[in-house]
Amino acid sequence: MNPLERYAPLVDDTEAFFAACERPLPSVVRVNTIKTDPERVRRALDDEGIEYEPVDWHDGLLRLSDGSPGTNWPYFHGWLHGQEEVSAVPALALDPQPGEKVWDSCAAPGSKTTQLSAMMDDRGTVVGNDNNLGRLSSLRHNAERLGVTNLVVTKQDGRNFSLKDFGFDEFDRAIVDAPCSCEGTIRKNPTTLEEWTLEHVHSVAAVQKGILSRAVQATKPGGTVVYSTCTFAPEENEAVVDHVLDTEDCEVVAFDCPLDSVSGVTEWEGDSYDSSVTDTHRIYPHLNDTGGFFCAKLEVGG
Amino acid sequence: MSDAETENVGQQFGRLPATDADREVEDRASREAVLDFFDRRFGIEPAVFEDFTFWEKGKGKIWIFADDAPSPIRVEGLGMTVLRTRQEHWKPTQSAIQRFGGHATKNVIEIDGEAAAAFARGEDQDLDWDGDWGYLIAAHEVGGEREPIGVGLYVYGELRSTVPKGNQESLSPLSTD
Repeated sequence: MNPLERYAPLVDDTEAFFAACERPLPSVVRVNTIKTDPERVRRALDDEGIEYEPVDWHDGLLRLSDGSPGTNWPYFHGWLHGQEEVSAVPALALDPQPGEKVWDSCAAPGSKTTQLSAMMDDRGTVVGNDNNLGRLSSLRHNAERLGVTNLVVTKQDGRNFSLKDFGFDEFDRAIVDAPCSCEGTIRKNPTTLEEWTLEHVHSVAAVQKGILSRAVQATKPGGTVVYSTCTFAPEENEAVVDHVLDTEDCEVVAFDCPLDSVSGVTEWEGDSYDSSVTDTHRIYPHLNDTGGFFCAKLEVGG
Repeated sequence: MSDAETENVGQQFGRLPATDADREVEDRASREAVLDFFDRRFGIEPAVFEDFTFWEKGKGKIWIFADDAPSPIRVEGLGMTVLRTRQEHWKPTQSAIQRFGGHATKNVIEIDGEAAAAFARGEDQDLDWDGDWGYLIAAHEVGGEREPIGVGLYVYGELRSTVPKGNQESLSPLSTD
C-alpha cells in the first residue's frame, strides 16, 4: 500500500494531492544576496539565454525552465543556489536579524543555513550543526561557494548540543529542520517511500523531540524557534510540537505563511494535540505545486 | 586543552595576532600582514575587512569570520577560507576572491568570451599581460558589471586557472557585444 494513502482523510482534494505527488518538481533557485541582487541575476540569465520564471511570492526565487541549476554563469559566481521553493519558508518564519546568534541544529547541506546568513546580511553568527561528516562537507562546500562568512560549523548530536566553546550561552533564535521520513520529497526522490515503515516514523519522531527540546532550552526567553519537516506524518509534526509544549517553556505563535497552506491537525489516529497547533502550517504539494512541508513557529518562555 | 596557544593545533582555530609583534604562535601570520597583502597585491583597502576577524586552522590556512569567538576554538568551520600563507607567495582562495575581489583595483586581468569560459573549466591559456607575474584576479563582465571569476597564476606568458575541481564548470562563452 502507498503510505501516502493514510493522509487522504487530512487532504481536501485527494485526487489533486496524489496527482501532484506523481509529478516531478520544478527546478527552483534562490538568489544569494550576499553576493548580488535579483535584478542583476535576471540580467545575467537573460544575457546567457537561460529561461526562468519569477516566483510570485518571493523576488529572490526563480523557477528555471530546464536543465541543471548549476550550469550557468550566475551559479558559477555563487549568485544562485538550488533550493526547493517550499524550503525557503522556515527561514522566513524565523526572521533572523543581522548581528544575532542563530542555531541551525540540522544544517547540512545548507540551503536554509545559507539563506539565514543572507537574511542576516552575513553579520552575527549562524551556528550550523550536523552529526554526519559527509553532510558537513557539503554544507562547507555550499557556504564557501556562496561566500558566507558568518557561519560556524559544528559536529554534535543536536539532542545534547553544548555551547561551552562559544563566547555566549544562549541563542536569539533557533531552527530545527529535522531529519524525517521525507514523504514530502516524493516528487524529487520517487523511491523515498519504498522503505517507509511506521516504526521508522516513530523512531525518527523520538529524535525530533530531543532536538526540538534542546533548541527551546538553548534559546533565550522571548526568542524564536522554528520547527520544520518535509513529511506529512502528524507523528513527526504536530505530535512533536505538542510534546515540547508539555515538556519545555514555550508556546506556538501564529505566522503568515507566504504559500497556501492548511492548519496543523489536533487529532490523529486516536491521539489529540494541543489546540494551538492549529497555528502551524501544512503545505501539500497540490496547493502551490511544490514539495510537501510542515512548519511551526514557537516563542520561548511564552 | 591549554588556554595559552604556542603552536598550531590542526583541530582548532586560533585568532591571528594584531601585528607580528603580538605573535605567540610560531610563523602565524598577523592580521596586519593579511590586510597589507590584500592592499599591496590587489589594492583592496583594509577598511573592507574592518568588521571581520581572521583565524588560522592548520599551518598557514587562514579563515575570515564575520563575528568574534573565543580563541582557540574547536569547531569544524569558522567563517570562510580566505588565504594560504604556507608558501613564499601567499595565495588567496577562490571563495575569498569571488566574495571580496570586486574591491580590487590592481592585478585584475580582464578576460571575456571563450577565455573566461576556459578559465571556469580550469584550463591554462596563453595570454598577454603587462603587469606583475604571480596571483591575479581573473574577471569578466556579467549582468552589466565586472565580476571576479577566480584566482589565476600568471607566469611565462600563461594564465593558469586555479579554480578548484569541485567548482569547475563547462559554460557557454558570454557574448561581448
